[in-house]
Amino acid sequence: MTIHHGRGFACINYPIGMNLGGDPSQALVHATPDGKFKVALSSIDLGQGIKSVGRQLAAETLGVPVEDVYVDTADSDTGPHDMGSFASRGTHRMGNAIIRAATEARRQMLEAAGEELEVDAADLVTDGRGNIHVKGAPSRSITVEDTAIAAQFTQGRTLAGRGIFLVPLSEVDADTGEMTPVSSFAHAALIVDLTVDDETGEVEVTAINSAYEVGRALNPKLVEQQLIGGAWMGVAHALYETTEPNYPDRAHGPEDFNHYLQPGPGDVVPHHISVLERPAPDAPFGGKGPGEMCANPVLPAIANGVFNAVGVECDSLPITPEKVLRGLRANGGARPQGTPGR
Amino acid sequence: MVVEYRKDLFADERADDFDVVGKPILRQDILGHVTGRSPFYDDHLFDGLLHMRCVRSPHHHARIRSVDASGAERMAGVVKVLSARDVPVNVNTLLSLINFGRDDEPLLATDKVSYVGQPILAIVATSVRAAEAAVQAVRVDYEELPFVLDVEEALKPEAPVVNAEYPNNTFDYADTYDHQKLRFGDVDKGFAEADHIVEATYQMSPIEQAPIETCGAIAAPETNDRITVYTSTQGLFFSVGVTAKQLDLNSARLHFIGGTVGGGFGGKVDSHHEPLAALACLATGKPVKYMWDRAEEMQVGAPRGGERWKIKDGVARDGRILARMFTGFFDAGAFTRLSSYAVQKSTGHLPGPYSIPNVASNVYCVYTNRTPSTAMRGFGITACDFAIERHMDKVARAVGMDPIELRILNAYRDGDMKAHRRAAKNCALIESCQVVAQKTGWALSGEAMRASSKIGGGEGALGLIPETVIDEEGRIGERRRTGLGPEPDAGQGARRRLPQGHSAHNSSAFGNAPQREDMAAEQERSGFKAPMAPTAPAPKPAEPAPVAPPAAAAPVTGGPSLPSAYTARPAASLPTPPEPPRPAPTAAAPPPPPPQPEDPARPHFQRAVKRPGVSRFLSGTRRR
Repeated sequence: MTIHHGRGFACINYPIGMNLGGDPSQALVHATPDGKFKVALSSIDLGQGIKSVGRQLAAETLGVPVEDVYVDTADSDTGPHDMGSFASRGTHRMGNAIIRAATEARRQMLEAAGEELEVDAADLVTDGRGNIHVKGAPSRSITVEDTAIAAQFTQGRTLAGRGIFLVPLSEVDADTGEMTPVSSFAHAALIVDLTVDDETGEVEVTAINSAYEVGRALNPKLVEQQLIGGAWMGVAHALYETTEPNYPDRAHGPEDFNHYLQPGPGDVVPHHISVLERPAPDAPFGGKGPGEMCANPVLPAIANGVFNAVGVECDSLPITPEKVLRGLRANGGARPQGTPGR
Repeated sequence: MVVEYRKDLFADERADDFDVVGKPILRQDILGHVTGRSPFYDDHLFDGLLHMRCVRSPHHHARIRSVDASGAERMAGVVKVLSARDVPVNVNTLLSLINFGRDDEPLLATDKVSYVGQPILAIVATSVRAAEAAVQAVRVDYEELPFVLDVEEALKPEAPVVNAEYPNNTFDYADTYDHQKLRFGDVDKGFAEADHIVEATYQMSPIEQAPIETCGAIAAPETNDRITVYTSTQGLFFSVGVTAKQLDLNSARLHFIGGTVGGGFGGKVDSHHEPLAALACLATGKPVKYMWDRAEEMQVGAPRGGERWKIKDGVARDGRILARMFTGFFDAGAFTRLSSYAVQKSTGHLPGPYSIPNVASNVYCVYTNRTPSTAMRGFGITACDFAIERHMDKVARAVGMDPIELRILNAYRDGDMKAHRRAAKNCALIESCQVVAQKTGWALSGEAMRASSKIGGGEGALGLIPETVIDEEGRIGERRRTGLGPEPDAGQGARRRLPQGHSAHNSSAFGNAPQREDMAAEQERSGFKAPMAPTAPAPKPAEPAPVAPPAAAAPVTGGPSLPSAYTARPAASLPTPPEPPRPAPTAAAPPPPPPQPEDPARPHFQRAVKRPGVSRFLSGTRRR
């Protein structure tokens, strides 16, 4: 009848983008007559925020305010081909395609502005607030709006861009497994603190301390939502979730949320997150997708913490009170391992 | 919740002077989401909308003797009863769109069912209640068959055949083996040199993706002889392609709208709702909704698969892992879906973020009589990482070492050769470990705190592809005949040795530079500080990237006072590699492999392919 404290660690890396490549993504960018930009995609926004990240990448690359860019996605009549939103590929693949499309549109925008200002386009810069001016001479400027009007109504020029990003397909060698799976990896390390009740077998995670290396946090708030939600999913996987509680027997499969257990909002664990950014050379502005990898280290860290608390090996998920109690019984009681790192 | 950004780390590789990137800008769709106005697929309303429910198998495995839907067809509200005969191309596999694997899964079952919940008929009615009542009125005469639910049981010679397309209960890899191999170095030698052997088995549970919005689609007639499909899919053109193929329709007649989805987590890739809804729309001329209820979402919808991983490590007494062997089983359920892909993804991930000189694995995509599994967040990696990181703690205990110190000692670093024969780059595992240890007061040795992903990588043997022992065991069908065990070292067959540095050059490894000049981005605005800038456009796929050589005469920083484990790394005590195959520019760097000639007969991508068994909607070809 004791509450035992435990601490567990795990660290991981995660491959970003569809394994082996061969998964193209395309983007189209064009300007309206008054210099606002539309980005047409067929990406899926599942809540992860590809519309928002795509909008930021387009605005940054074009050099225009983010409010002047709108992402229209997933209408197969207007959005060019994309493989889909899975395998941490959205930001990496589509992000690169958007940057390429926006680069072409920017080039045309600067050409058009150069013609209006009678200067070489190479001497022009954007200020990110809707103006284009001569490098070092901010007074010699033209607005993006006037540039778009001139381009389309007098110069007969489109302000548009096409982008495709394709990681060439890699084969897998049948005998050695040689392959080029992906081009960049995200990283994470995590420590959980938890308690194990040796009477009920219940495990409660009390704190998570983590470090996630994400290349670049393209939008810190979107990164944070992923990391916080991912940690929640990690706790749920480790302690609660299963569609087949007697796997491989299929009996007693849950059919609703009364029987399919997940932590509730009140069970969100206090979490101290450190974000590291080592930009990946082939990722958009270096950003790696944080969405998938962030749940992964939580599962083994909790299992390692349970062992640390009571000396029970939990090698099969989820770690139910029943498994903990059976382990305690087999060991003849709790065997706390002492706080690690002391 | 506290979030801190460690901008001090890797600052030398990163420019941070952006207007929009890196800023916490509100989501584009936030107002619609928080006011409940964002249009999800089920928010599209139609007069006279029809609803679809399916007659499903109550058995794990059974032959269908007969189906009698005559009573159901006469019931009030029932508009149409669809069976396999109504589906132009009934059998499909999702990855046929990239030419990977054979068509193995019927949209509606014909002569047998292979899992509880498999659909046999789709009933379209004026209300959900009428459709459900009609489902109850269908009489199906089954002959129950023996079934198998455990992955290792399914590999045995006496196991019932789950999936007729793959009669050995395993997916075929490269038309050769019943599993995907990974061979790097010589694990037997590593085990022989080890002071400790640590072995264990790990089991992942099947897990529901649990999106708030259940999977589904609404197909409605559009003017001009087209069909509009509102869908929850995670891959818009995957679903277009599957629907065009299974309905044998020109995809120009399909107008798919999605992109605002109520959570997916991998469970909305399978594209089963769109073809059925579109088929019913074609058959009735009316808008049709096919949407799972929560019970279907949880028990018929494909979950994360129940993976099983066995790991055997050979460890030196100072904590260096000398050899690691994996046997992995992906429980695909009755049909392939995406499990075949996950096997290769996990293989590319082994042995985890560690540099281990000898690695071998056999990973299987196994068919069992359960709901097919599919993608879920972390697909192919989550269970594997659970196994690896549980195992690392056991290894730490075996050698009496701090678990974080053990990870840092074995962590991969820039320039290390990975088991899939590509050099590691852009590593940050060590720094992640250090940050988290530091902030929790987990005491690490000075050496571990000074270690760096950027220093010491690729030293000595760690930068090289080692001489590798290979075998030809586990050919398709062999296991069923002989009862061969699943582990890489189970067989007694002949072994061959591939020389040090061997590469099949099986990818055009020219990085992710654009294939065409006009796709070049502006590198000076891309946020990298030299020498990290992305590579320039490479119009021709020419030479595979050379293995990153260690910096010329890279002196080990930290000084001679550090224990060798953290400075010279495991390479120091590994046998010096034998003669490299060719003179190398620097001591440890192998020469760049020769240019790979383009084989015009095997292009990476084929468009508008029209040949038997190949989707006209081919978006690319995964060669096997």
